Amino acid sequence: MELFDLTIHELHERLKRKEVSSVEATKAMLARIEAVDPKVNAYITVTPEEALAAAEAADRRIAAGDIAPLTGIPVALKDIFVTRGIRTTCASRILGNFVPPYDGTAVAKLKEAGAVIVGKLNQDEFAMGSSGESSAFGPTKNPWNLECIPGGSSSGSAAAIAARTATATLGTDTGGSIRQPASHCGCVGLRPTYGRVSRYGVIAYASSLDQVGPVTRDVTDCALMLGAVAGHDPMDSTSIDLPVPDYTKALTGDVKGLKLGLPKEYYIEGLDPDVKKALDEAIETYRGLGAEFVDISLPHTDYAVATYYLIATAEASSNLARYEGVRFGHRAEGGANLIDMFRKTRAEGFGAEVKRRIMIGTYALSSGYYDAYYLKAQKVRTLIMQDFLKAFEKVDAILTPVAPTPAFRIGEKTSDPLKMYLSDIFTIPVNLAGTCAVSVPAGMGAAGLPIGLQLIGRPFGEETIIRAAHAFEQATAWHQRTAQL
Amino acid sequence: MKITKAEVDAVALLARLELTPGETETFTGQMDAILAYVEKLNELDTSGIIPTSHAVPVENAFRDDAVRPSIGVESALANAPDRVEGFFRVPKVIE
Repeated sequence: MELFDLTIHELHERLKRKEVSSVEATKAMLARIEAVDPKVNAYITVTPEEALAAAEAADRRIAAGDIAPLTGIPVALKDIFVTRGIRTTCASRILGNFVPPYDGTAVAKLKEAGAVIVGKLNQDEFAMGSSGESSAFGPTKNPWNLECIPGGSSSGSAAAIAARTATATLGTDTGGSIRQPASHCGCVGLRPTYGRVSRYGVIAYASSLDQVGPVTRDVTDCALMLGAVAGHDPMDSTSIDLPVPDYTKALTGDVKGLKLGLPKEYYIEGLDPDVKKALDEAIETYRGLGAEFVDISLPHTDYAVATYYLIATAEASSNLARYEGVRFGHRAEGGANLIDMFRKTRAEGFGAEVKRRIMIGTYALSSGYYDAYYLKAQKVRTLIMQDFLKAFEKVDAILTPVAPTPAFRIGEKTSDPLKMYLSDIFTIPVNLAGTCAVSVPAGMGAAGLPIGLQLIGRPFGEETIIRAAHAFEQATAWHQRTAQL
Repeated sequence: MKITKAEVDAVALLARLELTPGETETFTGQMDAILAYVEKLNELDTSGIIPTSHAVPVENAFRDDAVRPSIGVESALANAPDRVEGFFRVPKVIE
């Protein structure tokens, strides 16, 4: 076991017993990044100087007997989190030189906990994508098979965990962007309930759907990271003022009598045979642990992708209006007047997928089309939310696949945006309903690519899905497998 | 066809995007396919359904109207592509 192989809780024990220092762990991680990241491209920016200074500060804290679960732990952030004094690009050319003047709340909380930020991670540009291919800094590769996509949009957040180039990471999830890459890279990824974690200092994509969450090696680490970043924040008016439970108390291993729903709309023809096999085996594992299964229906599932691509693009077209080359970021040369400068700047600064979504969203919000597209989608969103609320009258959590297939090959879906959008069919409904869900390693496909299962919880039911995820993890060995690089 | 090239160009102006002729061509085809796909929402009767703009109930979030420190002019201008004195400089607005 190298230092970069350890989980948060394993490294924490060694730091606490003073068998190792944070500086040693951080140097090991930086060396690991240097050795393998050229193959994976999980990082946009590595910050060795800031990381070593933070590690020294953590070691001083530990020497003084002040150690929290994340103190001295090397972590990395999706490049969507604004970081004071550290370039923050959102994987876009338009923000290629942006150095934020402040830290977002999740980042500030990690720093207060003593975590050591080693760098900023690659992603799909502005979190728009399901494959990590849509980045101005080049695609991220899946550490299990470098010819395959790692998933997206939090591609670097999952690939860095699989590549052992960060102990834990933060991502964001608007339509599955934490869970789907976690599934494809064999890690644990949790999307919390909307409002559970502050979005202050997180570059906005679709504000009614965006949420911050952890990607980790195991469920214990997931509970520790979520506990560190969750909570009410006056700087985010949509964050909810509820106490943050100690999520590690949910790590009991006990799921006896837990009622898990199996929605028929998720177990469909066309599900990859390896994914189906992994889910069938997971159901048997849970039965063995004493969980009970209930057949349920989420009847509007088939409408979720269409609903999502209207709501998310409409919100994106509005959120991304701020990139105009005046206050920060890239500005094109040669604009004849102000509007011409805006149009040239945005033409040069945004990639194809971002432009496409701005175009769809602008169209859906434009005069004459608003009722037919945007308002209609908001109404269907209500129906999708009601599906979940009805289901949760009968069950404690819902067990589903994360993605219909394991990771696909780089380039396979880039020419057909609709095909790419449909790969998010099992994750998108959770965002529309605003609830929480976690992806946990649950199998290996024939091609040697990981497969995850998804546990969907009630709003603010993170403890239940963490308990169920942990019980499964402890009963299986999937999370102990490592990608060979 | 759900959308024409001329409509795509009109949307691009609203979106403050300059498209190449090739992009207009590609986006017309792709947006047409996507708009045809989202038509499936019309299979559902949504009369009387209240639209959801927000997944969790949020009431007005007020704060005290108190003066607090802000980032200041230097920080605010530090990332500006073009500045003059305490201002952002832009191309001519009025012809």
